[in-house]
Amino acid sequence: MTATVENVANALELEHVESHLHPEPSYDLAAHPVPSGLEEIWRFTPLKRLRGLFDGAASDAHLSWENDLPEGVTLGELSTEEAQALAVSAPFDRLGALAVANAGGAVLLDIPANAELDRPVRLTMRGAGADTLVWGHVVIRVGAHAKATVLVDHVGSATYDAFTQVVVGDGAKLDLVTLNDWEDDAVHTEQINLRAGRDSEVRVFEFSLGGDLVRTSLNVDYAGPGGSVDLLGVYFADAGQHIEHRQFVDHTAPKTRSNVEYKGALQGQDAHTVWIGNVLIRKVAEGIETFEQNDNLVLTDGAKADSVPNLEIETGDIAGAGHASTTGRFDDQHLFYLQSRGIEETEARRLVVHGFFNDIIRRIGVEDLQERLTSAIEDELATVVGRLES
Amino acid sequence: MSTLEIKNLHVSVETEDGAKEILRGVDLTIKSGEVHAIMGPNGSGKSTLAYSIAGHPKYTVTDGEVLLDGENILELTVDERARAGLFLAMQYPVEVPGVSVANFLRTAKTAIDGEAPKLRTWVKDVNAALERVTLDPTFAQRSVNEGFSGGEKKRHEIAQLELLNPKFAVLDETDSGLDIDALRVVSEGVNRYTSQGDRGVLLITHYTRILQYIQPDYVHVFVAGKLAESGGRELAEQLESEGYDKYVKAAAAL
Repeated sequence: MTATVENVANALELEHVESHLHPEPSYDLAAHPVPSGLEEIWRFTPLKRLRGLFDGAASDAHLSWENDLPEGVTLGELSTEEAQALAVSAPFDRLGALAVANAGGAVLLDIPANAELDRPVRLTMRGAGADTLVWGHVVIRVGAHAKATVLVDHVGSATYDAFTQVVVGDGAKLDLVTLNDWEDDAVHTEQINLRAGRDSEVRVFEFSLGGDLVRTSLNVDYAGPGGSVDLLGVYFADAGQHIEHRQFVDHTAPKTRSNVEYKGALQGQDAHTVWIGNVLIRKVAEGIETFEQNDNLVLTDGAKADSVPNLEIETGDIAGAGHASTTGRFDDQHLFYLQSRGIEETEARRLVVHGFFNDIIRRIGVEDLQERLTSAIEDELATVVGRLES
Repeated sequence: MSTLEIKNLHVSVETEDGAKEILRGVDLTIKSGEVHAIMGPNGSGKSTLAYSIAGHPKYTVTDGEVLLDGENILELTVDERARAGLFLAMQYPVEVPGVSVANFLRTAKTAIDGEAPKLRTWVKDVNAALERVTLDPTFAQRSVNEGFSGGEKKRHEIAQLELLNPKFAVLDETDSGLDIDALRVVSEGVNRYTSQGDRGVLLITHYTRILQYIQPDYVHVFVAGKLAESGGRELAEQLESEGYDKYVKAAAAL
C-alpha cells in the first residue's frame, strides 16, 4: 500500500543542547553503542534481564493484533524509510534504533484529519511466549483537528522491543492509553516518540502492572506553539519485578504546556521501580508551563523506588516550571482518619491505595478500562493488604 | 443511656528527649444527654485528651482507663472504638486524596452499622446532611477534605457526626478558625445531634465564643494535663473575664 509521508523538511531544526540526560536522537545504530550499564540512561536498568535484546537478530515474529477500528480509521504499513521520514524524533537509545532496524517496516495506524471517533481505537497486542523475540515498529498518525482515543493493550508474554512514533497534527486531540498487562515472565522495552502539533492536546496514559521487566521511554516535543501534553502513569510492582518509566519532554516551541504525573506502588522482595522525568526548556520556548510529579507508595519491606526529576532551563521567560517527588509508606494520618470513622485497617489501606491511583485512573474516561484497572489493583493488593470481605 | 468514664488517665508522647507526660491523671464522667466543655490554654493537653480517647498511635497511655458503658476502650483499635460509638471531630481534618466523600461516608456508615445503608435513602441522607451544614452536594464527589477550606473541613466533620450519629462525640476545637457564619452552622449541627437527648458531647475549646451557641451542662478548666476546676456555665463566664492566668499560676506553683 502507499502512504503519504510528510517531508523530512518538516523536521524541527534545533540547536544542539549538550546534556548527559538525553543523547542525540539518531536512527544510526553506530550512534548508540551497546551500553555498559553505567551510562546515565542505563544505570537503573538491569541489562542482564533484557534477555539478549542488545544482540538480538532481526526476526519476523510479531505480536498477534486484535483490532477494533472505528469508521475512518485504517491500519496500513510503512517501509522503514517512510517511517524514518516522519516528522518525529529519531530513537534516543540503542533499543529504539534496534527496533527500527530489526522490525522490517512499521504498522501505521492512521486517523484522518478532522475525524471525530465515536469510540476508542482498540489494539490488543498479544505475545505468544517469553521465548519469542519480537521487534515492533508502530506509527500512530493523528490528522489535523482529529479527535481520538487510542487504547494499546499488551497481554500474554514476549520479549518485545518496540519503537512507536506518534505524530499529532495541528489542533488535534489525542488520548493514547497504553496498558502493560503482561504475564509475569515478559520483557518489554519500548520507546514512544511523540510530536505534538500546534495547539494540539495530548494525553498519554501508561499503566504497567505485569511483566518481569518493563522499561518505557516516552519522548515528547512540539511542532509549534500552543501544544499541551499530559503524561500520566500508574504502575504496581510485585516481588522481583522491574518497572521503569522515563519521560523526556523537550519544549521546542513557545507557549507550550506539559504536565507529568506518575504514581506507583511497590510490594514484595526486590520489587523495583524507576521513574525518570526529564524536562528541557529551550531558548525558543518562551512562556511555557511545565510540572512533573512522581509519587511512590512502598507497601512492604524489600522494595525499592528510584525517582529522579530533572529540569533544564535555557530561557528566563517561563510561565511556570516545577517538579516534585515523594516516596513513602502509608500515611498514618490517612489511616487514623479513616479508622476513626469505624473503617477497619485493611479496608482503610485499600481505600488509601485506590484513592492514590484513582486520581489518575478516573481521568481516562473509558469506563470498562477504568473498571479493569481498579480490579487489577484490587488483585495486586489482595496479596499484601488483604482481600476485601464482600 | 450510656456512660463514658475517663479514670486517672495518664498519657505520654515520645520526644527527642524521651517520653514526656502530657496527661497527668484525668478523671471525667460523661453521661448520655450531657454536654461537657473542656477549656484550657494552649499546650495544656486538651487535644491529647481527644486523640488519646480516639486511639491515635502517637500517644501512649501509661495509666488509667477509659470506659464506655463499662468496657475499657483503650484495649480496642481505633476503628473498634468508633464502632463502639465514639466519634472525634478533629481540629485538623486529614485530606485523603482520591477517596471521594461519597465513598468514604458509605464505607464508614457500613462499618458503623454493620450493614450497608439502603442505597435509595442514603444518597438523599448524604445530600441532606451536607446541605444542613451548607456544603453543596457536589462535595460528595470530591476527595475527602482535599482542597476544602478550613471552614469546609469543619462543616464536613459535623456532617459526618450527624450521619454516623455516635453515642459520644469529642469535638476538638471544632470552633477554631471559623468565621461567625460557619460557627453558627457548626453549632446548629451539634445542637441537632444533642437534641436527640441521648447523646453525649465532650466539647474541647480554647475560646468561650462557641458557648454562646452550644449550651454546656458542665464546664471544666483544663491546665497542665488535668482538670483544675469544674462547674456550670458560670465558670465559662468567669474564664471569659479573667482568663486562665490564675489556674496556670496555681499549676506552676505545684
